Amino acid sequence: MSQFLQVFLSGLATGSIYALVAIGFTLLWQAAQTVNFAQGEFVVVPAFFVLVGLHVLHLPLWAAVALALVLSLLVLGYLFKKLVVGPILPAGGISLIIATMALGILLKESIKEFYGAEAQPFPALVPQDPLNLFGAVVSMQDIMNLLISLGIVVLLTQFLNRTRTGRCMQATAQNPAVAEILGVDVKRMVLYAFLVNAALAALASFLITPVYLAKFSNGETLGVIAFIAAIVGGFNQIRGALAGGLLIGVLDNLTATYVTAEYRAALPLVLLIAIILLRPQGLLGTSEGRTV
Amino acid sequence: MTITTWSRHLLIGLMLVAAILAPVGQGNYITYVLTSWLIFSIAAMGLNLTLGYAGQVSLAQASFMAIGAYSTALLTLAGWHWMLAMPVGLVLCFVVGLVLGYPALRVQGHFLAFVTLAFNTLVFLVLRNEDWLTGGNYGLMGMPRPDFGIFKTMRQVDFYYFTLVVTVAAALVMWAIVRSPWGRAFKALRENPIRAESLGVDTRRITLLAFAIGSAYGGLAGALVTSLVQFIEPGSFSLVHSLRILLMVVVGGAGFFFGPFVGAAVVILLPEVLRFTEGYYLIIYSALVIVMLAFVPNGLLGIGAVLRERFWPSRQRADMAQGAKLK
Amino acid sequence: MSQPVLSMRNISKSFGAIKAVDDVSFDVNRGEILGLIGPNGSGKSTLFNCILGQLRPDAGHVEVNGRDVSGMRASQLNRLGVGRTFQQLSVFPKMTVFDNIILAGQEHRGTMASRLFGAPDAGLTEEADRLIGFFRLTHLRDTLAGSLSYGQQKLVDAAMAFMAGPSLVLLDEPAGGVNLTMLADLKDRLTTYNAEHGTTFVVIEHNMEFVMSLCTRIIVLAEGSVIAEGAPADIRANQTVIDAYLGG
Repeated sequence: MSQFLQVFLSGLATGSIYALVAIGFTLLWQAAQTVNFAQGEFVVVPAFFVLVGLHVLHLPLWAAVALALVLSLLVLGYLFKKLVVGPILPAGGISLIIATMALGILLKESIKEFYGAEAQPFPALVPQDPLNLFGAVVSMQDIMNLLISLGIVVLLTQFLNRTRTGRCMQATAQNPAVAEILGVDVKRMVLYAFLVNAALAALASFLITPVYLAKFSNGETLGVIAFIAAIVGGFNQIRGALAGGLLIGVLDNLTATYVTAEYRAALPLVLLIAIILLRPQGLLGTSEGRTV
Repeated sequence: MTITTWSRHLLIGLMLVAAILAPVGQGNYITYVLTSWLIFSIAAMGLNLTLGYAGQVSLAQASFMAIGAYSTALLTLAGWHWMLAMPVGLVLCFVVGLVLGYPALRVQGHFLAFVTLAFNTLVFLVLRNEDWLTGGNYGLMGMPRPDFGIFKTMRQVDFYYFTLVVTVAAALVMWAIVRSPWGRAFKALRENPIRAESLGVDTRRITLLAFAIGSAYGGLAGALVTSLVQFIEPGSFSLVHSLRILLMVVVGGAGFFFGPFVGAAVVILLPEVLRFTEGYYLIIYSALVIVMLAFVPNGLLGIGAVLRERFWPSRQRADMAQGAKLK
Repeated sequence: MSQPVLSMRNISKSFGAIKAVDDVSFDVNRGEILGLIGPNGSGKSTLFNCILGQLRPDAGHVEVNGRDVSGMRASQLNRLGVGRTFQQLSVFPKMTVFDNIILAGQEHRGTMASRLFGAPDAGLTEEADRLIGFFRLTHLRDTLAGSLSYGQQKLVDAAMAFMAGPSLVLLDEPAGGVNLTMLADLKDRLTTYNAEHGTTFVVIEHNMEFVMSLCTRIIVLAEGSVIAEGAPADIRANQTVIDAYLGG
């Protein structure tokens, strides 16, 4: 039982970080019609910004993290919109999908070439001591990750629901044409969506990299899990992405421990196919309407 | 025949002659690359049907190649002739395509992209883990090349000509599909799907069939790859390779009939050209792709079409001159 | 008494608190040209969309030739013998007029397989040319539909709706944005087609002149209910109708 609790909590912790990535992905999809296939790499890059800050610029940790956050907002948020999405989106969603895939490769290979191919140790931002909870040995890091992630989600939800900007962003996501008529600065709202996604990716990066080490190839699995979480949860709701992330985190851990290690990676994939088959709007999503 | 149709036929004739003469006097390596180009053209042709004509993103073309490759390998290793083994892979891919596509295409949006991405990764996992069947990471080797009695394909150049015949046959079939009422339905579905539905076009069904046929083409390419390389392993069919094939279609020009050939040539040759850049070549390559998508989303043949319209505006049948606008 | 081609029975549809259509019933018989008119917000578009299967009525059902068509996909409905025209963006711009028309008929010929292996024109060239001739578009046969004038596109749109020989055609504001000469042309072609083939039309339209001269029967809607029904001359003189259009 205590092992189960351990595995469960650990899964929740990882899942909460997946949720951050999935939420950002959903936000971009809904608010900016951008299906970002480079999302996984977006979670790897900020960690390397930190490493550059630490080892190349010899900054203290807090400064390196701050720098990484700013750079992420700039590169993964603003530049991403300006240089990639802006020019290509008018050509169609499919072109953009392919462009983001190419971007993912570009980022991944750049890290590999300019920093290195080996996994790099990453400083933990939260204490890592083990805790004893009802007989289960849980790492403080997991608990902190879980709390921080949930905290971020709550903050984000408050922002979107309670502030004027947040509500404008929601309006833009639901119906940009109408939002524009109502006086919402749609272009700016879309930019904010990109910035929020960059921030979420960066935060997720800072939380998860200490666990898995910084490696250029981490993005592959992370990206896949992110959008599977988004779809499984119900991609038209933030709650859905949260639920999807947590679910996958927990199930992934449970599967790895109790069922099979080799096919661990298959679980999210099978989940995806099952959800699309049985309930395409996701667990918490609402029906999008008639299909063609 | 109009002038343009005549010149078109001439062009195709010239290309065929060039293809026949290409390996003459070249070493084995060049012939191998040329054969590889033909094989990937087949895979890209299939994906072009799915993406360029029916407008759906598939990220699993490499896994269909894997299905074709492994099934052909296992059967030929068990003594079957390639000509009997290959259809098994084809049918398998077609059926899998139907099964995968059916739920994914019922829903609006890019769901097929996600499902095929998941499928490709799943196939990779199975290939790697089930070593009793697939040889796991070590793969399968020693597959015999097809033997037609009087014509054996052991030599690289002989296998090239064999592949050329198969490619031309595959292209003819694709041409028949595209010229048929199906081709018209695809065009309609790309230009105005709502109007198409209201005229009785079952867009779901035709898209599903396009995907299944496109996947079967992937299987054919895989069956050829087995005999070309005579050694297959899971790494050759990972997601990255599906992306490569997707790039071939996009770079060549999605929805243009010869796009896949052009795209495959570029994608296969470019790494050779960029070889001097060593590790940086993927970075340059992906950057180039992004730039290309920003400026010429319709691919290389798209540029051709734009230029042609500007200098030789035509009133010819639209489906001969235009490709898809990726939507 | 033969079965009505279109039968609306007790159709009601609400959007939230707004009752767009309130218990509307009517039949349309073979060969009729029925006009559906009414001020904005009267529910005619909603009714139209219910017939087309794009909206599911909250109550009641729609029957075409005796079959319940609620929730049918557009392609299924078309196969049942229902054609329609569109207000906007109704042709395939990068295909020739000829190809547009062939497409409109090909899905009704044979099976998916025969369409794959059969002739590129699905054997429809003669029929298509006849229809193109009927709409006096022969000189534009091989022109890209996107380069035609708006009025000409409307004619192509109508031709596409008729190509498969439907028993019922729904015309969505056919006169919208068309100049007077074209309009007369369009009306003439529609009336002639109806006379020659006995096809039933249901027309939604704002252009009163057009509707009154084209239709054999008119139904007037206001605020979700039928307020008048009858021959054009009667409707013209009907006080309730006049009030509905002018009143508050």
